[in-house]
Amino acid sequence: MAHLNPTPVLEPGQDRTLILNMGPQHPSTHGVLRVLLEIDGETVVRMMPDIGFLHTGIEKTCEAKFYQQVVPLTDRIDYLCPMTNNLCYVLAVEKLLGLEIPPKAQWLRVLLNELTRINSHLVWLGTHAMDIGALTVFLYCFREREEVLKLFEMVSGQRMMTSYFRVGGIALEPPLGFFDRVRDFAGYFPSKVDEYENLLTGNPIWTMRTKGVARMTAEDAIALGASGPTLRGSGVDFDLRRDMPYSSYEKFQFKVPVSQEGDVFARYMCRVQELRESTVIVRQALDGMPEGPIKADAPGIVLPDREKMKTQMEALIYHFKIITEGFAVPAGEVYQAVESPRGEMGYYIVSDGTAKPYRVHMRAACLANLQTLPKMCEGKLLADVVAAIGSIDIVLGEIDR
Amino acid sequence: MPLTPAITDPEQLKNHPAVARLVGWKPDAITGVKFDREEMTISIHRDHIREASILLKEDSACSFNFLSDVTCVDWYPSEPRFEVIYHLLSIPEKERVRLKVRLDSASPAVESLTSVWPGANYFEREVFDLFGIRFTGHPYLQRLLMPEDWEGYPLRKDYPVEGYR
Repeated sequence: MAHLNPTPVLEPGQDRTLILNMGPQHPSTHGVLRVLLEIDGETVVRMMPDIGFLHTGIEKTCEAKFYQQVVPLTDRIDYLCPMTNNLCYVLAVEKLLGLEIPPKAQWLRVLLNELTRINSHLVWLGTHAMDIGALTVFLYCFREREEVLKLFEMVSGQRMMTSYFRVGGIALEPPLGFFDRVRDFAGYFPSKVDEYENLLTGNPIWTMRTKGVARMTAEDAIALGASGPTLRGSGVDFDLRRDMPYSSYEKFQFKVPVSQEGDVFARYMCRVQELRESTVIVRQALDGMPEGPIKADAPGIVLPDREKMKTQMEALIYHFKIITEGFAVPAGEVYQAVESPRGEMGYYIVSDGTAKPYRVHMRAACLANLQTLPKMCEGKLLADVVAAIGSIDIVLGEIDR
Repeated sequence: MPLTPAITDPEQLKNHPAVARLVGWKPDAITGVKFDREEMTISIHRDHIREASILLKEDSACSFNFLSDVTCVDWYPSEPRFEVIYHLLSIPEKERVRLKVRLDSASPAVESLTSVWPGANYFEREVFDLFGIRFTGHPYLQRLLMPEDWEGYPLRKDYPVEGYR
């Protein structure tokens, strides 16, 4: 941090800058982000994020686990979108194995991923609005989020750390009544989005705090590696779900919201419209849900059904072998990226032909998005820093891994 | 999709826009190509990675304008030990390519790409932090995730999973 030190002796009349430490426990940093700010009066001269407080070495831990044991670790990277991380990891391993996934499993994955996006965006919207001073929205958002978490609990038994996807399919058939409850939710959710928008979109205080604040051009966003709504808020029309589809996304019709302004309000509008689009995808997934198995037919890789294990010798042997020695994955490397609520979530997995990954690397969308923060804030007012941090929707667990 | 064997013959892959561009520029710069599981990998000589990235970024046929990721793999104890990996994405062409640079353990240093993509900053700092690869020309090569006074590079294969106690 040497270059941030101000000159100790100041000549009279010289510009006086001050180092201000924000975080790591500041409520608007959504976790433990520390930001060093060099300020001149109310203007931010220089900004430097300091991260690593949540570093747990997940990438290193993965190298010591079997492929199937890594799935629960992926939840813990980003606690707001566990299913997206599950999906990205299992897609990468399936690509390494060359495994074909039954359509029903793919559609269920899409359905749950869009619910995850709604969950994540609701937490973002609530906390972002609270940072700027609109306290009410938080309570409204968490009301609907609770319903999404209950849906997660129905399928996986867990509200947050779901670990529901498996290499080769998904863990269990969804319980009876799950689809009705999702349909019910998808039915009333758009009217709830209207409620949030009534509170914020036309609200003069909200627009004054967000319009024209923390602008970023499309060139800067691309150069700094920003992705997701942070990129689309600057007018770049790119969404991995549509442009490089995975898990049957090419069979869904949806719009990709893009805003041209590149300010906090533009990113807000992108995400709020994504809430609506995700509901559209959820409905399509419900209507077109194919029949069939939820696991691939790959005996040495996918755990057998409980029923088969009790009646068939081979199933019991495979179960024992998968649990005790894992499954070998052909040597090679893949990079699989999915559109997480925050942007491009990527898994780079290297296999050396054994049952444990040789290297697992997660490309965290937030890490790249965080780099845009100094670009947005330098030369602007200190009070807008909070709005800028909220607008890139950071999750520190994902940044630090 | 069932697995097909990887293609590593440069002749068969010369029509790929990124390979064609690099071969047309400096054939010696490419040390290997691989097309495996629908993904293109080009190994580049360590001295040419920055120029190669500029070419691929600015070429109109491929225009890999987005740096997705920088990471590293440690192939300890074989030499050259480190493999620095760059994932490039072309937003207009919706295409990905992976660039690789092999580095030996005697001098694990490579030119920084921060002048090409400022977004390489954090990724390279992370690789420096966890693998000890030095990126020459990086504006602020300091530890990113580990504490500043940490000793050793945790993601190297000779570093124990539980750490030193």
